[in-house]
Amino acid sequence: MSELLDIASKVAGWARDGEQVEAYVARSNSTAVRIFDAEIESLSSSQSEGIAVRVVHDGRLGFAYAGSLDTDVLEETLNEARDNAVFAEADEWVGLPEPDGVTPADINLWRDSLQSVPTERKIELALELEKKLRATDPRIMTVPVAAYSDGWAEEAIASSLGVSAWQRGTQCGLSTYCVAVENGDTQTGFGFSFGREHADLELDKAVSDAAARATRLLGATKPKSRRMPVILDPMVTDDFLSVIGYPLTGEALVKGRSLFANRVGESVGSPVVTLVSDPTDATSMAADPIDAEGLASRRVPLIDKGVLTGFVHNSYTARRAGTKSTGSAVRSLKTAPGVGCRAITLEPGTKSQAELMAELGEGVLVLSVSGLHSGVNPVSGDFSTGADGVMFRDGQPAEPVREFTISSTLQRMLGDVTAVGNDVEQLPSGLSMSVAIGDVSVSGE
Amino acid sequence: MLESSVVQKVLGAALRSGGEWAEVFVEDRRTSRGRLDDGRIEDMSSMRDRGAGIRVVVGETTGFAHTADLSEDGLRTAAEAASAVARSGGGGVKEVALTQQSQPQINTVKVLPESVEKAAKVAILKRANDAARGAGGAITQVSAAYGDTRRRILVANSDGLLATDDQVRTNFNVVATASGDTGMQTGYNSTGFTVGWELFDDIDIEEFARVAAQRAITKLRARPAPSGPVPVVLAKGSGGVMFHEACGHGLEADAVQKNMTVYAGRKGEQVASPLVTLVDDGTMGPEWGSFSIDDEGRPATRNVLIENGVLTDYMYDFLRARKEGRPTSSGNGRRQAYDMLPMVRMTNTYVLAGEEDPDEILRQTPNGVYIAHLGGGQVNTATGDFVFGIEEAYLIENGAITEPIREANLIGNGPETLKNIDAVGNDFAMGSPGMCGKMGQSVPVGDGQPTLRVTALTVGGTAA
Repeated sequence: MSELLDIASKVAGWARDGEQVEAYVARSNSTAVRIFDAEIESLSSSQSEGIAVRVVHDGRLGFAYAGSLDTDVLEETLNEARDNAVFAEADEWVGLPEPDGVTPADINLWRDSLQSVPTERKIELALELEKKLRATDPRIMTVPVAAYSDGWAEEAIASSLGVSAWQRGTQCGLSTYCVAVENGDTQTGFGFSFGREHADLELDKAVSDAAARATRLLGATKPKSRRMPVILDPMVTDDFLSVIGYPLTGEALVKGRSLFANRVGESVGSPVVTLVSDPTDATSMAADPIDAEGLASRRVPLIDKGVLTGFVHNSYTARRAGTKSTGSAVRSLKTAPGVGCRAITLEPGTKSQAELMAELGEGVLVLSVSGLHSGVNPVSGDFSTGADGVMFRDGQPAEPVREFTISSTLQRMLGDVTAVGNDVEQLPSGLSMSVAIGDVSVSGE
Repeated sequence: MLESSVVQKVLGAALRSGGEWAEVFVEDRRTSRGRLDDGRIEDMSSMRDRGAGIRVVVGETTGFAHTADLSEDGLRTAAEAASAVARSGGGGVKEVALTQQSQPQINTVKVLPESVEKAAKVAILKRANDAARGAGGAITQVSAAYGDTRRRILVANSDGLLATDDQVRTNFNVVATASGDTGMQTGYNSTGFTVGWELFDDIDIEEFARVAAQRAITKLRARPAPSGPVPVVLAKGSGGVMFHEACGHGLEADAVQKNMTVYAGRKGEQVASPLVTLVDDGTMGPEWGSFSIDDEGRPATRNVLIENGVLTDYMYDFLRARKEGRPTSSGNGRRQAYDMLPMVRMTNTYVLAGEEDPDEILRQTPNGVYIAHLGGGQVNTATGDFVFGIEEAYLIENGAITEPIREANLIGNGPETLKNIDAVGNDFAMGSPGMCGKMGQSVPVGDGQPTLRVTALTVGGTAA
């Protein structure tokens, strides 16, 4: 089927008696073009490949990675993983997954058309992106970044327990960043469009998003500090979901770091909150038929109408929690698999962002947040981030605001969600939409 | 790592189709990591990466390709891919003669981590776990991690430069979780230097782990952080990251040349309080952000960026220096790995000590927030707006430190904050090792500062 799966199977086949071996083999190829001032700033072409091996012996796990697929490197990497296993400590739940018979969803992430795009066309697109963005508004002074990138990735996983999985996918994208200036005030905005082939790319959307984000905040001031309702723009909702995911992992659960421990079946959020991890939704850019241990991805309900329904698990956390893997192992090539809420998203509601504003009357529409990973503690739930956005009053957008923070706790924010929007957006990390939260501390002036 | 005759041939191939300048960067990196969690050594990992990145420059354009195949054929193929941007010109055959650069050795590694038994590394993690758990009944979970990296690099370019470096880094951290009536809190302690196993000669492992545990326990009784602008006193070594974010990134020449920083065109101007002198210094002995040569082969340099509040210079890599006709970079060209392009990056960035007694600074602050440890942050260089997390902080009431406060973000604006520094202490300390992210690349950096006070920063807490 594939050369990579052959390599992975070969290494898994070197397992000795009493030893489990898993080989994860990956190869990728990418091109990136960056434009500045109508010139090519850089043109990069990239080919990478490597192997990651997990060895389990007597309940001990060892891991090794190497950025090469040369035959001697394969053996050396397996031996290094074996040696590492000697120094780990035994754990009755440690082990590779057994094949569980679940068939991977029929999702095709590969588009042949991307292979035939000439480099000249890629450069042209990036040039056009910069040119259009510069022309779209006289207040846009600089476009520091206008970039095109694309590539394909192929991966194979095989284990001595019989796991055997292979998949490949293509991706391409345009991204840009601009600086707008008016009356001595400076603001910035980014825009992007990603897809699996060129037909998916919306260059005009990347341009208008970047321009709108930068110009919309011109003249922004600090808001007064007080508690008020907020609406999270889809990008911000996505940031929020990325941190709410940790306490919903089996890892946080079995190690006593989950603020949701022992709460399955209880209400942990507002009744409008239905949260799922669903990498089988082919419309999501985070779609993926298999997880990082080679098991089939599946739809995992996490919160149903405010009630906690479960956690995501990989084979280790599932075994330890007395349940089955939900196909939620995640990894990079260079690290051993962990567990994560893959393609986490909310079930959309029925109202547009404008209708959410009308419903709340007064508050702040948060357009971007910063410092999420330094200001949010997913163990305690403390939540505090820098933000900018636009005030709304009488249900209508009003003056822009910047340099303030929004603070609450993850627990309280879930409970204070008043509505989920229907404005579903395709983001590189998955699907997202606006969310209205009734009561948050805004710190500014 | 590679024969210089092979490197010369590859550089020649890179210039054949009309490139003006070419560079070969070779890297061999070995990393080993150990992690204890939940009372058990659960992850022992080894990573190896080896390859070469080739740059070809024509005018303002850079072509780049990389390969993990270090044979002459592999390198030649990458050189041809990188030179695709120069297709127009007929360069003909170019001869490159390489001369090995002599450079100061910034730091000597005493014990290479690869020479140390894995069992010894494991033992340190267990000792940390036992000590943290022994620090109090509230401690319910502990993780500890050890890591070492040996990175050997070779840089050669068509100006004839040939330089090599052997960079070793060792780091260690402990995270303790404490549980109480108010929920769970975490406490963190970390250290890292450009040294080998001798790092542990100077550390009392048990005490180091107890500090992390105590931080978590203290936070259990922490009050909600204030909401709004308050005076902030930074303890020495607690928050050099603020200067890294508030002005460091804005002084990187790639941002300056694209006019995407508030500090562009302001050389010679007063941009900060006269109390502030800011330095970026890659030569700083064993500090986390130090090296003998940067990733373009330039020896590490000490650069004064702001002197007594006046902006004196920006930081440069090769391309940005070339664009302005400067003879050399400032030793700030760095890259995460061979498969990525170098760009302007900080090394160890710090504020020099001032003249005031740190205790007196505190006594003269009627109320505010005292920062014992800041977490990571980020900045928008175009607007100067920055944000960073508070990991450990206390209220200041009537000129004295009182109650601990819960985690929150601090936000401010770079140029405003620099002007609002009204007291700088006569003490100094470097902070914890950091990883600085920029355009998808992460490199080790250090930071430091004396005790100092900012008249107002916005604290993003929930207290009324």
